[in-house]
Amino acid sequence: MKCSEFLDELTNYLDGALDDRTKSELEDHLAWCHNCYVVCDTTRKTIEIYRNSELYELPDDLRGRLRSAIMSKCAQHKKPGPQGV
Amino acid sequence: MSAIQPNVREPVSDELALVRAAKRGDDKAFEELVRRYDRNVFRIAQHITQNREDAEDVVQDAFLKAYGNLAQFQEQSKFYTWLVRIAVNEALMKLRRRRPERMVSLDEDVKTEDDSLPREVADWSPNPEQMYKQAELREILTRTIQGLPAGFRTVFVLRDVEGLSTEETAQALELSIPAVKSRLLRARLQLRERLSRYFQKRASGDGDQ
Repeated sequence: MKCSEFLDELTNYLDGALDDRTKSELEDHLAWCHNCYVVCDTTRKTIEIYRNSELYELPDDLRGRLRSAIMSKCAQHKKPGPQGV
Repeated sequence: MSAIQPNVREPVSDELALVRAAKRGDDKAFEELVRRYDRNVFRIAQHITQNREDAEDVVQDAFLKAYGNLAQFQEQSKFYTWLVRIAVNEALMKLRRRRPERMVSLDEDVKTEDDSLPREVADWSPNPEQMYKQAELREILTRTIQGLPAGFRTVFVLRDVEGLSTEETAQALELSIPAVKSRLLRARLQLRERLSRYFQKRASGDGDQ
């Protein structure tokens, strides 16, 4: 496997979506190509850091206010009947 | 090296029952759907709009639109995927209003110049998160993802932060599966490259990086 082929398969590899043969070829490549190993490893870390980051959590008080507003507008919406998008 | 573990969401087995009850006019059932997905919609909206007030508006508008159009929901996808599609559209509209000078669409920057291998490949320190205080790390992560084009950012957030499958992301964004995969790869690589500036191993000498 060449480096460019590794890159084509990187997303499928990280998502566990490769067939056994391609996965094995890719891992053989990673075993000797340090650059691709680092790309693969740091891309995985990138995903994990964002997934665990909880960047934009909805605070409880705001959450309650939004839900009240939504449900009260839903109740108003019932009166006039269905609306199109 | 192993595959990334998928983000696990709450079971959706009773989602359809809630949707059907809501369609029959049961507002408590709809409120349960709001409770179940409001955090996700808020995160997606804030990632796309990069603005807290806009994200709050998007949460309200998306659920209200979903409520008003429940009868049109054909139940061929998960309710959540349908809701995400509504929320993404609302968020993109907000973004366009804020940035009228730039045409914002999911198709922007699709033709990037960079299909080549990353050129400068620096390994990261063993524990990159420990190099910064929590607040600093959040700032770095926020600034870095905000630098991505909206089309890439949206795909990354749906797939990698929210844990939608490739197929669900394609449905929600009305993109083809190859388009989702291509954008996801580019988003991941661009974020990786930008984060590397912060997380790469310190040079052992006086640092020529």
